[in-house]
Amino acid sequence: MTMIPQTPLLRVEGLTHYYGSRLGCRDVSFDLYPGEVLGIVGESGSGKSTLLSCLSARQDPSSGRVLYQSRHDGEIDLYRVSEPRRRLLMRTEWGIVHQNPRDGLRMTVSAGANIGERLMAVGARHYGDIRDQAIDWLGRVEISDDRTDDLPRTFSGGMQQRLQIARNLVTQPRLIFMDEPTGGLDVSVQARLLDLLRGLVSSLGLSVIIVTHDLAVARLLAHRLMVMKEGQVVETGLTDQVLDDPHHPYTQLLVSSVLQV
Amino acid sequence: MYVAVKGGEKAIDTAHQLLAEQRRGDTAVAELTLDQIKNQMTLAVDRVMTEGSLYDRDLAALAIKQARGDLMEAIFLLRAYRTTLPRLATTEPLETDALRIIRRISATFKDLPGGQVLGPTFDYTHRLLDFALAADGEAPVPVPADAAPLEPCPRVTALLNAEGLIEPDLAADDAEPGDITREPPLYPADRAVRLQTLARADEGWLLALGYSTQRGYAKSHPFAGEIRIGSVDVEIIPEELGFPVCIGSIEVAECEMINQFKGSKTTPPQFTRGYGLTFGHGERKAMSMALVDRALRARELGEDITAPAQDEEFVLSHGDTVESSGFTQHLKLPHYVDFQSELVAVRALRAEYDARRRARSGEQGEL
Amino acid sequence: MTDTGYNYAYLDEQTKRMIRRAILKAVAVPGYQVPFAGREMPLPYGWGTGGIQVTAAIIGQDDTLKVIDQGADDTTNAVSIRRFFARTAAVKTTEKTVEATVIQTRHRIPETPLTENQIMVYQVPIPEPLRWMEPRETETRKMHALQEYGVMHVKLYEDIARFGHIATTYDYPVMVNDRYLMAPSPIPKFDNPKLNNSPALQLFGAGREKRIYAVPPYTPVKSLDFTDHPFEVQRWDDCCALCGATDSFLDEVITDDKGGRMYVCSDSDYCGDRRAAGHVGPQGVDADAYQRATAAE
Repeated sequence: MTMIPQTPLLRVEGLTHYYGSRLGCRDVSFDLYPGEVLGIVGESGSGKSTLLSCLSARQDPSSGRVLYQSRHDGEIDLYRVSEPRRRLLMRTEWGIVHQNPRDGLRMTVSAGANIGERLMAVGARHYGDIRDQAIDWLGRVEISDDRTDDLPRTFSGGMQQRLQIARNLVTQPRLIFMDEPTGGLDVSVQARLLDLLRGLVSSLGLSVIIVTHDLAVARLLAHRLMVMKEGQVVETGLTDQVLDDPHHPYTQLLVSSVLQV
Repeated sequence: MYVAVKGGEKAIDTAHQLLAEQRRGDTAVAELTLDQIKNQMTLAVDRVMTEGSLYDRDLAALAIKQARGDLMEAIFLLRAYRTTLPRLATTEPLETDALRIIRRISATFKDLPGGQVLGPTFDYTHRLLDFALAADGEAPVPVPADAAPLEPCPRVTALLNAEGLIEPDLAADDAEPGDITREPPLYPADRAVRLQTLARADEGWLLALGYSTQRGYAKSHPFAGEIRIGSVDVEIIPEELGFPVCIGSIEVAECEMINQFKGSKTTPPQFTRGYGLTFGHGERKAMSMALVDRALRARELGEDITAPAQDEEFVLSHGDTVESSGFTQHLKLPHYVDFQSELVAVRALRAEYDARRRARSGEQGEL
Repeated sequence: MTDTGYNYAYLDEQTKRMIRRAILKAVAVPGYQVPFAGREMPLPYGWGTGGIQVTAAIIGQDDTLKVIDQGADDTTNAVSIRRFFARTAAVKTTEKTVEATVIQTRHRIPETPLTENQIMVYQVPIPEPLRWMEPRETETRKMHALQEYGVMHVKLYEDIARFGHIATTYDYPVMVNDRYLMAPSPIPKFDNPKLNNSPALQLFGAGREKRIYAVPPYTPVKSLDFTDHPFEVQRWDDCCALCGATDSFLDEVITDDKGGRMYVCSDSDYCGDRRAAGHVGPQGVDADAYQRATAAE
């Protein structure tokens, strides 16, 4: 496992969100260190997607703080800084991989343009360079370069997901949020994608927060786990520890129901 | 020698002459008078006044005549006139509580204080062509049943209000409403601005959008709480007097829709309102407007925005007859230059495409 | 008051002042779209109501107005707008670019270079260059504020990937004063270089969309491109059949039903000037014959 440096990349303090009177998530706190992969698991409706939205600057939380150690400006309080700063962060230092690739891709432009967009958004203006980088990244996510000019809708689900990952990684972000990245894919396609993700995460030293209801995915990718139930964290710990020796009855139920399958 | 196409001036003059001729039609037939339009085409006049946003039956009749009966064109004429008028005063809010009612119905209560009054309505007519009207004869004028106007009666929503079952009337708010004829549209828009835009919007547009909410695209479980038609006094407060003075009365149609609402963090479960108002007897439009008004309140009420009728920018920026008709029809204007640019581009692309194909078939030939 | 029963130049003075305020703001922030409370005009939306309102707000009795549509003074809509101002503002009109102080245009910039004494007024159908990538005003306003223009280059990238070069031919997006992305109105990209550092004040009016924007004199205006795919304008293999010009935008005229065609200057004033000065194209006539023919009209 990677050595864990002293300063956390992300510090989360008492994050709480209500939709009207309905609870989304309550009082979530944790630290995430550079190079660390944190899995958030729980059933649907347990609040994990709400938490992810609040963490990734897509949903103003009702209360609590998210502090991010930025590359150049030190620690910033996500919901205190200006929107321009937040949006800049999202297209430079962060990436978001959505469950449905349609939410993360521009379906009406080619694969190359999808990857190139983030480069152009931060000022790249040399077509040849942009294209070379796009092709390079397609290769790294195992998409052949003769698909560079094809529209994403001509891609299979697994390819679309890999394209989405490449589109996020091209600007060398430090923190990636993933929402059920393997949801809706065949088991064999899932396995290949997980392999690829694991390789990229360790070779690029990425920090990742991944939401999944699939404990097998969590076991393969995550260093640490947070188990959520009804909007609250009921158990946290190293992945192996949580899955092999669950303490909370809910975690035990989750683990046993997976094992029965 | 080639002479480039000229003669725009002459062509326009000729077109205007032809238009005048077509408008007049067969001169053996008596010319239509504005009085006839004003008195016998009342619903057309009402619509032109509403969407033209100017209450003037004579000018609306003139516009209809000049537009050869094309109501969109008539609305345009009236708007282009209205926009040049000086703004002398702003009226006080209309007290529609005091409407001198000729029609008042509620779909929510069988009977209620003031009663149900059908008034002049197509609702229960059989849509059979009346050949007696075609026979040039004077249409039989029935004896007016009871000419005396009804007493002002309480609103249905006020009855619910007493029980606290419906959201309070937002009219209590004293904030100065925006003015869409004097300020550019900016989104998100507040309700006053939305209602103004809806009041001027094309009836067909609102009808279709309102209808779509009934079919499940932003379902809001509407009930026609009350529809009332009648005349109401218009008052202004002249600066030098400091008290309201009645400057006349206008006819309006008003609709209050009552919609189900399950409640949110801050508000208890209760009924909510959608509001519609038009000049004249524009009942269908008032109802449509009320449906769309309610749909557009989704953001304010914390509802999910999933349907076209809830999408404020989409609804408000495409509903104006004058705008949509103008821009659609501008496609008739010459676009030679743009088309020429595209022509050059397509030819070049085509040449490259053909060259590539030839090259490919050449390669295959060699194999 | 003129004989029409309306105020000078149709609009009431309060409205003109409101439009002038919007113009001043637009000039102060080059390329920024200033919302203004556009009025209904007696001409339909999409037919130049934005340009007409701008012209009405700036025109005075000493002005000389030229109106062109597709580069020509005699297209019907140009005639109609010129007449409108002749009638409501009793203003002198001209077809000569050099004589005009105000030039209202749809889809072209005259070939004859503009001067400091001239104001160009562009009719704009869609002022928002980002509209085709992002239809929502609330979002595009944010993109302008944050200068998030990457998506515009995505479109150009896509052109090159698909066609080998940028295929946008008119309403070609420009960057004004290194700050705001701007739609130059549907002028052919051939005219884009004329926007840059122009001595004339350039005003853009979008009536239906209720926006005014401006490029003040001598402001840098750069057409978007890539360093390895620089911006280029259209070129023709032919010259103008009438005046022989090789440096002007050419309209294609179909001369018969057997594929016969010729090219003539889209800018009718420019072409006329050249012919009067003795330039002759392959299907043109000499200057004397041209004078006789135009005098006879």
